[in-house]
Amino acid sequence: MSRRLFSFHGGVKPAYHKAPSILQPIQAAPLPAEFVIPLHQSIGGIPRPTVTVGERVRKGQMVGAPDGNVTSAVHASTSGLVKAMEMRRMPHTSGLSALCVILEPDGRDEWIDHAPVPWREMSPNAVRDILRDSGVVGLGGAVFPSYLKVNPGKRGHLDTLVINGAECEPFITCDDMQMRERPEGVVRGAGILRDLTQAARVLVGIEDNKPEAIAAMKAAIERTGEERLEVVAVPTRYPAGGAKQLIRVLTGIEVPHGKRSTDYGVQCFNTGTAHAIHDALELGRPMISRIVTVAGNVERPGNFEVRFGTPMRELVALCGPKPDTDRLIMGGPMMGFRMPGDEVPVVKATNCVLVGSPAMFPPPPPEMPCIRCGECVKACPADLTPFEMYWFSRAKLFGKAQEYHLFDCIECGCCAYVCPSRIPLVDYYRFAKSEIWAREQEKAAADQARDYYEFRLAREEREKQEKAAKLAAKAAETKAKLAGQATADGAAAAEDAHKALIASAMGKAKTQQDAVRPRNTDSLTPEQQAQVAEAEARRTANTEAKSDA
Amino acid sequence: MLDNSPFFRQPASVTSVMLRVLVALIPGTAIYVWFFGAAVLVQIAIASITALAAEAAVLRLRGRPVWMFLTDGSALVTAWLIALTFPPIAPWWLVVLGTLIAIVVAKHLYGGLGQNPFNPAMVAFCVMIVAYPQLMSQWPAVGFTDFHAQMTAIFGARHLDAVVMATPLDALRTALHTPEAHATVAGVLGSNATFGNIGGKGWEWIAVGYLVGGLWLIQQRIITWHMPAAFLATLALIAGAACLAAPERFAGPQFHLLTGGAMIGAFFIVTDPVSGATTPRGKLIFAAGVALITWIIRVFGAYPDGIAFATLLMNMCVPLIDMHTQPPVFGYKGDKGGTS
Repeated sequence: MSRRLFSFHGGVKPAYHKAPSILQPIQAAPLPAEFVIPLHQSIGGIPRPTVTVGERVRKGQMVGAPDGNVTSAVHASTSGLVKAMEMRRMPHTSGLSALCVILEPDGRDEWIDHAPVPWREMSPNAVRDILRDSGVVGLGGAVFPSYLKVNPGKRGHLDTLVINGAECEPFITCDDMQMRERPEGVVRGAGILRDLTQAARVLVGIEDNKPEAIAAMKAAIERTGEERLEVVAVPTRYPAGGAKQLIRVLTGIEVPHGKRSTDYGVQCFNTGTAHAIHDALELGRPMISRIVTVAGNVERPGNFEVRFGTPMRELVALCGPKPDTDRLIMGGPMMGFRMPGDEVPVVKATNCVLVGSPAMFPPPPPEMPCIRCGECVKACPADLTPFEMYWFSRAKLFGKAQEYHLFDCIECGCCAYVCPSRIPLVDYYRFAKSEIWAREQEKAAADQARDYYEFRLAREEREKQEKAAKLAAKAAETKAKLAGQATADGAAAAEDAHKALIASAMGKAKTQQDAVRPRNTDSLTPEQQAQVAEAEARRTANTEAKSDA
Repeated sequence: MLDNSPFFRQPASVTSVMLRVLVALIPGTAIYVWFFGAAVLVQIAIASITALAAEAAVLRLRGRPVWMFLTDGSALVTAWLIALTFPPIAPWWLVVLGTLIAIVVAKHLYGGLGQNPFNPAMVAFCVMIVAYPQLMSQWPAVGFTDFHAQMTAIFGARHLDAVVMATPLDALRTALHTPEAHATVAGVLGSNATFGNIGGKGWEWIAVGYLVGGLWLIQQRIITWHMPAAFLATLALIAGAACLAAPERFAGPQFHLLTGGAMIGAFFIVTDPVSGATTPRGKLIFAAGVALITWIIRVFGAYPDGIAFATLLMNMCVPLIDMHTQPPVFGYKGDKGGTS
């Protein structure tokens, strides 16, 4: 089989360090003393808690219900008692806390009632709802809710569905091991995704340094008889497992930043996600665990089926961390994040817990100035000019950095990996991106505050005018009345004068109002302007009605 | 310090880049020594010591880490290029002064490593040739390798008029411009001992040495092919066209490529990453521009070679060139998009 493959620009070939963690089969991690299950484990809205403290739950019971348009449910990892609902530290560099369900296992590990879902007979929307409620999110690391991606797109069908088994990050072997040991689930999941997305073909991209996984997957396709499904070995080069890079390698299509890949007739799912979708639909099981690689500075690296909420400390303890261990990294060495402590839980995004020591990851030598050697340009898989973005980010010229496509950067780390000046380039991009986001938020808030303020000024001014107009009208009326009493035959004339007075007062008020109004409404959105105009009309009508009365 | 991904890095350093540039200079330097004597090595030593001393002093003054920058090798590269482009029998103070200008003025006054908009070695060359045109244009005769005499020339008070010759480029231009003689290129090249088989005597072999070192640099991925290719191709093209149009007035491409600083320029001078263009198209434009200006100065100007001035002139255009030659990024290759 010789499929034409495409190449992406740049990339690097770091030492892979994958061999040690594939020596043992996948093991089930034991139940911890307590689970710390964060409610927010995916991109999007934070799920609503559906259990209360003291409640007994069963394995697979929903503890966080999806809330909003982009969200995903969270479930109990085993049966037991909800001990608490409290803020705990998240597996995130910042060490920020979030609401977690603290679950004490009862040891019985009782499932909720679950049964295969007759998804073939159901409407696509109903299937998507099930995937959302089963908590299936992308297991490649981005944890984007999968139900939103199970979508044939505007065109009604996909040309190519890409199943991403490239797994290009050093140390990580969870997808490799899953494909070796449980290829049927992955293949069947891919078949389900093919049918749900109306894909013409499915390409499973696996880096060619995993021959066992490739063979197992091919054999599983034979066995299951899934059609229009092909395993493609792709050249081993980091970051071949980036969704955009893999789509490019397999189809030649480049999906630009901020565009939907379905608009180009492609969609990409991780192999683990395919397996989870299979479990959710064919077995009716929500996502409560995943395969996690534990590697690095441990005696016995390996892969584990880990339930979400298991503290990393307990997982790492299974592998015998060496005494000089000083850090845990979630993810690989290229894109992973250092954990704020070892008590943080394994979550849906945890593909690997990389145990590190100062000897393994020595602090980089001091940063030197950029000599514009262009190594980063050669290495960038997004075809960016990293050193220019670095200069601009460093100088806080964020507009220029954006002009050089800062937001197309996927933070893969290739540039920093090759930089002879050892500049932590990605840190500069993260800094620039967060500064830009913060400024945009600030600007939006300031704009809104200004709008409110100006609107209030306008209202106060208007009310003043109205009051003045009313007073003037009243004065005129009294005058006219007096005049009417004085001369009976002058009544008609007095009526006219009265009306003229009111009209002139109204006119004056209106000109003043008009002079004020444009300043207030300049910066309003069209909807706001419409509302203002409506209110204006209503008020004019009222005043007229009043003066007529 | 931030401790974020990536957590490991390729073992690369500025020092290793600079050291490989120095290694690549060895073949050309060796052949240069063969034809022009050990004075070349003495000049390299003078320039290197001056460069390191100046670098250390300025780093100290600026309150920068001295050892880290002293060992980055960049000052040595500048020193070598100065020693190789200045006349081998130039008085010692000329080389010292030139090196000081390169390190102190062209490099550190602009902010040090990575910040200089102009190629330091070429700034030194330009300043010195404007200040001391005569001393900067006198090369020893090829084969004059008497070490004692050379040392007298470098360190002595008196100058060696007897053995001094003009460079082939100078000789050709002077001969062609002499009003009384109806000299032609062929006539001049055939008559004068300065000229070898193709370019200048000895110079053609030195050029081959730099070519070998330069190709190794490309193989080592220190430089890309763009600049040398664009420089040499443009120089050959212009020289070839001029030669075809008026063979008696203009020397052919082979002469221009193998004479003077063409090869060292193509592989070691225009390729300076700090002061040169960085995008692939930008590199082509930059190097082609240097070649064009070089040829014009060589043929119509009054200086022995034009690479130094041409490089500085094109250095000024680098921000503009880079800005307008940014390659399209991932996903935008079909469109004309990119930076506006």
